[in-house]
Amino acid sequence: MDHLDQLEAQSIYIFREAFARLKKIALLWSLGKDSNVMIWLARKAFFGRMPFPALHVDTGKKFPEMYRFRDHYGKEWDLDLRVEPCPPIDAVDPTLPPAARSAARKTEGLKMALAKYGFDGLIAGIRRDEEATRAKERVFSPRGLEGNWDVRDQPPEFWDHFNASPPQGAHLRIHPILHWTEADIWAYTKRENIPIIPLYLAKNGKRYRSLGDQDITNPVNSNASTIDEILIELEQTKVPERAGRALDHETEDAFERLRVAGYL
Amino acid sequence: MNMLVTPTSPATPNGTTRPQVRIVIVGHVDHGKSTLVGRLLHETGSLPEGKLEMLKAVSARRGMPFEWSFLLDALQTERDQGITIDTTQIRFRTNSRDIVLIDAPGHAEFLRNMITGASQADGAVLIIDALEGVRDQTRRHGYLLHLLGVKQVAVVVNKMDRVDFSAERFKAISDEISAHLSGLGVKPTAVIPISARDGDGVAERTGRIGWYKGPTVVEALDALEPARPLEALALRLPVQAIYKFDDRRIVAGRIESGSLVAGDEIVIMPAGKIARIKTVESWPVTPVAGRQGAGRSVGITLDRELFIERGDIIAHANAAPRETRRLRARIFWLHDKPLARGDQLLVRSGPKESRATVVAIEKAVDPGELSSSENKAIGRNHVGEIDISLSNPIATDPYTDNPRTGRLVIEVSGRIAGGGLVLSVDAGQRAVPVDIVPVESALRPDERSARYHHNGAVVWLTGLPASGKSTLAKALERRLFSNGGSPILLDGDTLRAGLNSDLGFSAADRSENIRRLAEVATHLARNGHIAIVAAVSPAREDRAIARRIADTAFREIHVATPAEVCEERDPKGHYKKARAGALASFTGIGNDYEAPHAAELVIDTSTRTVAEAADEIEQMLKSSGVLFDEVVDLAANI
Repeated sequence: MDHLDQLEAQSIYIFREAFARLKKIALLWSLGKDSNVMIWLARKAFFGRMPFPALHVDTGKKFPEMYRFRDHYGKEWDLDLRVEPCPPIDAVDPTLPPAARSAARKTEGLKMALAKYGFDGLIAGIRRDEEATRAKERVFSPRGLEGNWDVRDQPPEFWDHFNASPPQGAHLRIHPILHWTEADIWAYTKRENIPIIPLYLAKNGKRYRSLGDQDITNPVNSNASTIDEILIELEQTKVPERAGRALDHETEDAFERLRVAGYL
Repeated sequence: MNMLVTPTSPATPNGTTRPQVRIVIVGHVDHGKSTLVGRLLHETGSLPEGKLEMLKAVSARRGMPFEWSFLLDALQTERDQGITIDTTQIRFRTNSRDIVLIDAPGHAEFLRNMITGASQADGAVLIIDALEGVRDQTRRHGYLLHLLGVKQVAVVVNKMDRVDFSAERFKAISDEISAHLSGLGVKPTAVIPISARDGDGVAERTGRIGWYKGPTVVEALDALEPARPLEALALRLPVQAIYKFDDRRIVAGRIESGSLVAGDEIVIMPAGKIARIKTVESWPVTPVAGRQGAGRSVGITLDRELFIERGDIIAHANAAPRETRRLRARIFWLHDKPLARGDQLLVRSGPKESRATVVAIEKAVDPGELSSSENKAIGRNHVGEIDISLSNPIATDPYTDNPRTGRLVIEVSGRIAGGGLVLSVDAGQRAVPVDIVPVESALRPDERSARYHHNGAVVWLTGLPASGKSTLAKALERRLFSNGGSPILLDGDTLRAGLNSDLGFSAADRSENIRRLAEVATHLARNGHIAIVAAVSPAREDRAIARRIADTAFREIHVATPAEVCEERDPKGHYKKARAGALASFTGIGNDYEAPHAAELVIDTSTRTVAEAADEIEQMLKSSGVLFDEVVDLAANI
């Protein structure tokens, strides 16, 4: 088994545990490279179909390419797609900096979707290498009744044994690709020939490394116009993956505040 | 971290089959762990280009002399800063091995780190400062290695430059640590004098340790045996789920060990049903041909419809795991509330879950203090050995047979509260303490003591057949009774005629025989009597269990009459029969008697009369507080 085989087998194991141990789960599909790999892995885990809904919490501010991608592959992959809206900007915490406040709409949209469907598990495509607070995550991460994350009181998790009993009304976040890196995602996307949104590939010296809302996501300088070139670029770059995400840079704790409150 | 250290070399390069060995380096703080690791990486050529120069420059800029420990510290800093690192493992290579070094740093969190890391280590390096010698933490780490079942331990005595490379100093430390480890059942694979800072003994035997003839550290690592690869073990496929999304009925799970291929005959445990693998299913291409090995998440279909459920284990028909309702496990406990006898738990063994009850706590140790506390409860961050009774049978393996299936976690209120290794299945047949409420005696112990002029005790006479145990026991019984006491004789053979008549002479039956003797004797002792046990009780471990049961009431007397004298006496004719081959499993002929290391008293009946020996025992019972010299005033105790 090579490195990608091992990552894949581990993720499939996590998917199957989540499906076996929770009553009602959904996969959060942000349309980006990570959640596309997740859907692919889910289909591997369940032999061609994903036996739970794909949930797109839609801010209404994604790139047109992203919406086209969603509508096309939602059908082609035969997904049970649920698109849920987010509340307007003035409904969220006004003390947050502008970009974080914009992102917090998504947290609220997520809460509304949770309340609507009663999911007890949400599968999310975060990775430890993305960002310091995500590095501290568990594979099965309990959330409070408000969707909040108590980073100081996380249950022990070892030997691939996961805590899967959320209190009544609360939910778990399940992270099947927590152990992958950005480079792993691209290498696997290439090996499996998983479709991607073209915004990831460089045009006129710029490309998106990470896709979010149009107003708070910026491209980075790059000439990588193929996945192979992206992999070479990742080996050399010192620019962090989320450099183009405005909300990460507003204040030191903005991202942590968002995550504790329930952001991904 | 391997990304930083060996960016390009894969663990197993093409065309070679280099065994991979996982090691953990442990030892007292400041005894030189980081320096040794830095030096090892350098000596084995495992540093990326430019790393050494970079560190030298950093040291020079700060005006500090270069230290090998900077290397590890630098990696540590990189990790703290959250740079892309997914593991805390450092890789380097010796002549014939790929070494994976499991980093186990930290003090407060030491136990959890050590357990999660070292529980998967094949071997360990225990480091000792030559100047400071064996310290508490050295012993503590030695104990933890023993606890986790790490049997291959190379000891390095570091900082030999600080003791002028003294061979005498080295020998003193070597003897001390070897004795400590042997006492735990761990034999060091090597004890090596080194100076990690200067390099003596790490990769080379320098002139300064010319007197040392053993292996260097690198050679010692090169000699460690890797754990058997999971694929070489018997097939274990724990069932995660059964899917029926279309006309296929797919049994899904991850192969924990061994391998499988379509056509294999398999058995589904614990039910024991037999079937054949029809196909191995996958996506997007299915079915897949070829053998699937350990680590793969697979789906299989079978050639017949069988009732299978999550938690079942699929194995090959000739190598199935044991089915059991009883386990003995060595566990670490992470929950706030201590784990106690009678506690109800949820045990998870892979995808299988079962309600369970703690039948007994055989050992409870605080690895920080290394004090073996009373066997009542295992506190937070403590470790221990427990017997568990399961409400459903499960199929499992002792961890020595299979490290993947031989481990379990314990859940309390939906949260993982501890975990551990399965030591054995079908642990002792002790009654489950559910719904059992012991009835206390109407009398207080001190009321009895006042009448008998002694406390309750278990006087355990052990020794070869015909060493004189029964004779002594009877003399002691008569003596104590004459003085107004309440002695009761429990002769091993007598009890075998009744209470223990269901037991034979296998090792397990002998252990059970001793356990029952100890339980009866302890019950009598708790009620103020002196139980005099006369039993060969050849196994040290069995007597240790008896001592644990009787606790502070236990007094061991080794009747150490020489073997020739015993055979010559032969009052029951056993030796003669055994010599003639007519008595199987007879202790005495052959070497299966294990003499006590630390009995309260040793008596050789070939050099003493029975009366003299009884005097000695009486004296010991007086000096150890069982017999009172004076009558106790009962009123004073009220």
